[in-house]
Amino acid sequence: MAYSSEDLAIMDSIVKRYPRPRSAIMPLLHFVQSRVGFVDGEGIELIAKILTLEMAEVSAVSTFYTQYKRQPVGEYHVGVCTNTLCAVMGGDAIFAGLKEHLGVENDGVTEDGKVSLEHIECNAACDYAPVVMANWEFYDNQTVQSSKDLVDSMREGNPFPPTRGPDSLVTWKEASAVLAGINDGRAHEGVQAGAPTLLGLKISKEGK
Amino acid sequence: MSALTPVLSAHWDEKDSFTIEAYTRHGGYTASQKALAMDPDAVIQLVKDSGLRGRGGAGFPTGMKWGFIPQGDNKDHYLVVNADESEPGTCKDMPLLMANPHVLVEGCIIAAHAIRAKHAFIYIRGEVTHIIRRLNQAIEDAYKAGHLGNGVDLVLHVGAGAYICGEETALLDSLEGFRGQPRLRPPFPAIAGLYARPTVVNNVESIASVPAIINNGAEWYQSMGTEKSKGATLYSLSGHVNNPGQFEAPLGITLRQILELSGGIRTGHSLKFWTPGGSSTPIFTDEHLDTPLDYEGVAAAGSMLGTKALQIFDETTCVVRAVLRWTEFYKHESCGKCTPCREGTWWLVQLLRDLEAGKGTEEDLAKLLDLCDNILGRSFCALGDGATSPITSSIKYFREEYIAHITNKGCPFDPVASTLFVGAGV
Amino acid sequence: METTEIVDLITVVIDGFEVSVPKGTLVIRAAEQLGIQIPRFCDHPLLDPVGACRQCLVDIEINGRAFPKPQASCTIPVEPGMIVKTQLTSTVADKAQKGVMELLLINHPLDCPVCDKGGECPLQNQAMSTGRSETRFEGVKRTFEKPINISSQVLLDRERCVLCARCTRFSEQIANDPFITLNERGALQQVGIYEKQPFKSYFSGNTVQICPVGALTGASYRFRARPFDLVSTPSACEHCASGCDMRTDVRRGKTLRRLAGDDASVNEEWNCDKGRWAFKYVTAVDRLTHPLVRNEAGVLVQASWPEAIAAAAKGLKSNTSAVLVGGRATHEDAYGYSKFARIALGTNDIDFRSRLSSDEEREFLAARVVSSTTTYRDIDRADHVVLVGFEPEEESPIVFLRLNKQVRKRALKVTAIASKLSIGVEKLKAEFVKVAPGQEAAALSSQALTAQSIILVGERACESAGVLTAVAALADSTGAKIGWIPRRAGERGALEAGAIGNLLPGGRPVTDAPARVDIAAFWGVPTLPAAVGRSSDEIYAAVNSGSIGALIIGGVDPLDSINSAAALDALDKAFVVSLEIAPSEVSARANVVLPVAAITEKSGSFLNWEGRARSFDAAVHDSLNRSDLRILSMIAEEMGAELNLGTVTAAAKEIASLGAWDGARASMKPVNPTVASTLSGNQFILNSWRRLLDLGTLQKGEENLAGTARQTVAVISPHRAQAMGVADGDLLKLSTTHGSVTLAALVEDIHDDAIWAPRNSRGSQLLVNLGAGHGAVVTVVKL
Repeated sequence: MAYSSEDLAIMDSIVKRYPRPRSAIMPLLHFVQSRVGFVDGEGIELIAKILTLEMAEVSAVSTFYTQYKRQPVGEYHVGVCTNTLCAVMGGDAIFAGLKEHLGVENDGVTEDGKVSLEHIECNAACDYAPVVMANWEFYDNQTVQSSKDLVDSMREGNPFPPTRGPDSLVTWKEASAVLAGINDGRAHEGVQAGAPTLLGLKISKEGK
Repeated sequence: MSALTPVLSAHWDEKDSFTIEAYTRHGGYTASQKALAMDPDAVIQLVKDSGLRGRGGAGFPTGMKWGFIPQGDNKDHYLVVNADESEPGTCKDMPLLMANPHVLVEGCIIAAHAIRAKHAFIYIRGEVTHIIRRLNQAIEDAYKAGHLGNGVDLVLHVGAGAYICGEETALLDSLEGFRGQPRLRPPFPAIAGLYARPTVVNNVESIASVPAIINNGAEWYQSMGTEKSKGATLYSLSGHVNNPGQFEAPLGITLRQILELSGGIRTGHSLKFWTPGGSSTPIFTDEHLDTPLDYEGVAAAGSMLGTKALQIFDETTCVVRAVLRWTEFYKHESCGKCTPCREGTWWLVQLLRDLEAGKGTEEDLAKLLDLCDNILGRSFCALGDGATSPITSSIKYFREEYIAHITNKGCPFDPVASTLFVGAGV
Repeated sequence: METTEIVDLITVVIDGFEVSVPKGTLVIRAAEQLGIQIPRFCDHPLLDPVGACRQCLVDIEINGRAFPKPQASCTIPVEPGMIVKTQLTSTVADKAQKGVMELLLINHPLDCPVCDKGGECPLQNQAMSTGRSETRFEGVKRTFEKPINISSQVLLDRERCVLCARCTRFSEQIANDPFITLNERGALQQVGIYEKQPFKSYFSGNTVQICPVGALTGASYRFRARPFDLVSTPSACEHCASGCDMRTDVRRGKTLRRLAGDDASVNEEWNCDKGRWAFKYVTAVDRLTHPLVRNEAGVLVQASWPEAIAAAAKGLKSNTSAVLVGGRATHEDAYGYSKFARIALGTNDIDFRSRLSSDEEREFLAARVVSSTTTYRDIDRADHVVLVGFEPEEESPIVFLRLNKQVRKRALKVTAIASKLSIGVEKLKAEFVKVAPGQEAAALSSQALTAQSIILVGERACESAGVLTAVAALADSTGAKIGWIPRRAGERGALEAGAIGNLLPGGRPVTDAPARVDIAAFWGVPTLPAAVGRSSDEIYAAVNSGSIGALIIGGVDPLDSINSAAALDALDKAFVVSLEIAPSEVSARANVVLPVAAITEKSGSFLNWEGRARSFDAAVHDSLNRSDLRILSMIAEEMGAELNLGTVTAAAKEIASLGAWDGARASMKPVNPTVASTLSGNQFILNSWRRLLDLGTLQKGEENLAGTARQTVAVISPHRAQAMGVADGDLLKLSTTHGSVTLAALVEDIHDDAIWAPRNSRGSQLLVNLGAGHGAVVTVVKL
């Protein structure tokens, strides 16, 4: 794809965040994903050019991190936590259920390009287990059925909002822009915390 | 009076707790004003006196770490906050940042002042879009309010899915734009960290604890906790309990106390095993319900306080399955740099898969332990060590269960029984 | 040459033995001092410690405090009070090492029987010393597609790789060519290139050599031999003046590979790919095997040695004769030519500069270079290095590596005075002083240098008038040292041997009567010619004007001359005796052709740019060919002169006993720079140099190597490109009155007045195509 002059200006501003340009590799890769949906050769080559690095150096970094995708993912990328705690509490069943429901394997994308599926590692929401992420937004306390309903809502083009996140689910590319450090103005949306986060405070206020 | 001491979490129950307005309403950014008026060395001394220790797992005294930064060396210094929270079971920093990112921003201002850094970075894991939004907005608002940009610049750096980047030197390599693999030490970050300049790397909770210490004083902080583990901290309870969640309590509280406060183990079930501080800390059993959850107490009982991630598993859980899954995690997250961790986790997973599937032998069990002995303390960083913890500790407490898999030629557990929605027809 | 530096010694105890080593020594190397071999893979003395493979774990305590776990001995420097227990005395270290070895082997394929490394493999050897005899691993091995080409000359077998990262660290730290990197993560981590960018580094072969397993192999050696079938001979590289120590491996009389030798003062343990892989020219061409004499019908026919020698002697004796010896002669051969010219021919008409040259250069060489002592060590200590007329990476790659090392280790300041910003100069993070071709002298005078500084001057400096004058002036005014770096391996030796018109051997000026007496007495002849001899170009001109009638020529390519037509005319006209390894433009026109031994077939030495002798023995012994020296002696004898140089040893002895000249050095007349040309719209000033990998004669027959050559392009500045409407890849036609070349454009950082093209690459042989060198005005048209 062709990057617009606005895109290039944003990439330049990303580089300027850092005392040394090379530090910008990771946000620039997120930015490439926000435009292309994954990290393609053109993106690698563009970043190498911007940072005056060899392409091999950029690709070495990009292949180290699992969030950088080599192929297009769905508009909604669904990650099911199957690390021990979530797996035991239902993550394994949810992941199996979704594979069957969507007809895709791990890292697969539905034919309509709407949903891709991946089993993920612990996402720091264990008190909300089992956890499902979509475009790296939290969907807490999932069941096999609730997660199937969730992906159905995505395929219908009207995804359920995250449990703790913005009022509506953004697309993969939009989320990638947020990860590149671009403010989409939606920080104020959604709850400040779920019930488990507040449990200790609540108990304390009850004087226990 | 409650056994719990919400300080960090004190205002999380207000709907707008994450905004600068809410933070300011509760005295936010007064600590930084106070600290900026102090001599940097006095700030370091105050933090030293408070007894605050690193909340990322290792428990190194925070003030002492700051004191290692050479002063008057005419070099740039850097503060880097480790917000790469990825240790399985650990879920304290993310809700903290979701509910109140400003306390971290203010902590950064104070810490940067203390170590004479003009640049601070927050390295946050990449899989938390909304928290990144909140933190980014908080930084923007702090700039607008003039808290940032007058002497300290703060940059949010978003990771991209690599557990190893929680290791401080791997984090620095990643932040410099390299593959996040750990560096040789020495030199330590205090001497040659980010861009080979003196750098402090602290956990989110450590830095977020600083504003309250500045405002309330070292004595106040010291009054909480135990002899060597001062202050209060966030304990994260998860798993087979009736009510999981965050509990801010003085160091030294026990799991029994937390369970009593929160509503106990899943009704009708009993505690089988648990982690005191994430998957890399050797597991505990019901023998350890009264172990004081401070650095010394947990270490004395043969594990580590770690991140205070209390993952609770009841009797429906197959320990072999749990350990296999953790081992698969370590294999997936091994950075590949050193032989023991890269190749060892590759092999461990294969042995454990066989054992879990009932295809193993007692000889395999011995091999597993010998392999752990060849990984523990032989790897480049603590990831390899961590990978052996669940295996060796689980064999220590549940050897019969491993044997049962061998003799039964399969797993004796029903995985459905351990799910949250067992019996719910889903 | 070396000064002794005082170092702090630290005493440690390893396995019960005390050893004192310099502060900063790593434990693994302190152990080596005691003969204790700790197994290792990632460790390499010239790479930064990484501690990745964990094979070298040992137990350490310092002043009674033991480390809680075994430590990687390749990462820990010795400390006072340190007690080390290796695998020999510590069961913990022993088990740790065995455990790591077992883990390294679980995923290693058992393909040693078909692996090139078998027999000289650190993994194989250390698996024998440190491994278990039977595997405990019953699982599934990691598999990858078997070897993939990462360049036309290097193949990568990822299954064999133990991920020690020696190759990637070499590429990043030493060569500054990070085209190979570690990719992916964890158990899938693997070495690789970016798919569209092959491993085109001039130094890639070093990664093959330092790979501790058979993961990286060179295309030219794959499946050719077993190490135990090879006969190895220490040798020196003939490709350039860097002076690499080498090893030549021969199987049944055929050179199969060459490796970098280990010389800490010169090439450390590295060499360039040309030195490593360009050796087939000896066998790839149809070698001359018998003497040839032109018969009355004008046809070259086979002759016996006595016939040919007699014919040569007769032709040379009956004419006024001169000597042309190429820059690739050994020091001993050059000495033979030098002595031959003076004794057998009675002339100073001899010149080793079979290339563009100038009288200013000849005076500079006599006044500043001969017997000079600037070395690599001086680069190590320099505060500032100025490059002029010199592209280290292309023209003397080990000098580049040395500069790069100092830039990386201590941010050595490098300044390049040039017209085009080259890849190599960019890699050295050098200050680029951009001048129009020909205008380098002015930029030199403004350099603020000290007595710690070095001016590295390439042979191309002679192509701009006044540059060498300015170099001498700068050295005089600042105390900076001069290092003159020719491209060819034999030039410095030939200079010292007096194979040039203004010098006798040992730097003795021809015009200095006591110097002539000195040499005449030494050679046992009554007198020596006193007039300064002609240069190469003057010799050709003298043939064409009739004042010289015969030439004896060894290893010269007339197409390397700026006026190759005149050179070829002269060869047609003169009686020519050609000493060659293979048919050439010279032998084709010669009256007598005498086959000589190639470099691998004879012994001798080169003097590298430092003036340091690089000796070598014959690696291939069954050649019937003789050295130039031997043949010259035979001709001289036939002519009634005695060279007394029947063997290389005799020549070497004679050179050694000659001693240095202690009289006055020749002085040089200052030369003024030429005034910059005024250019019209489509005119440019030509800037060019030879690339390391190009159409050089000594690179014949090695296609894999040629595959990694840099692209042939014509470089113009963004400003001129815009004015001409030229974008990258557009075709540009460069012409002179002599001819033209058409090349793809590359828009880069170059002086607006200049256009750059390679001097001798595929599609761009400028001396032949344009008859133009540095500073010539060329007309450029976009096609």
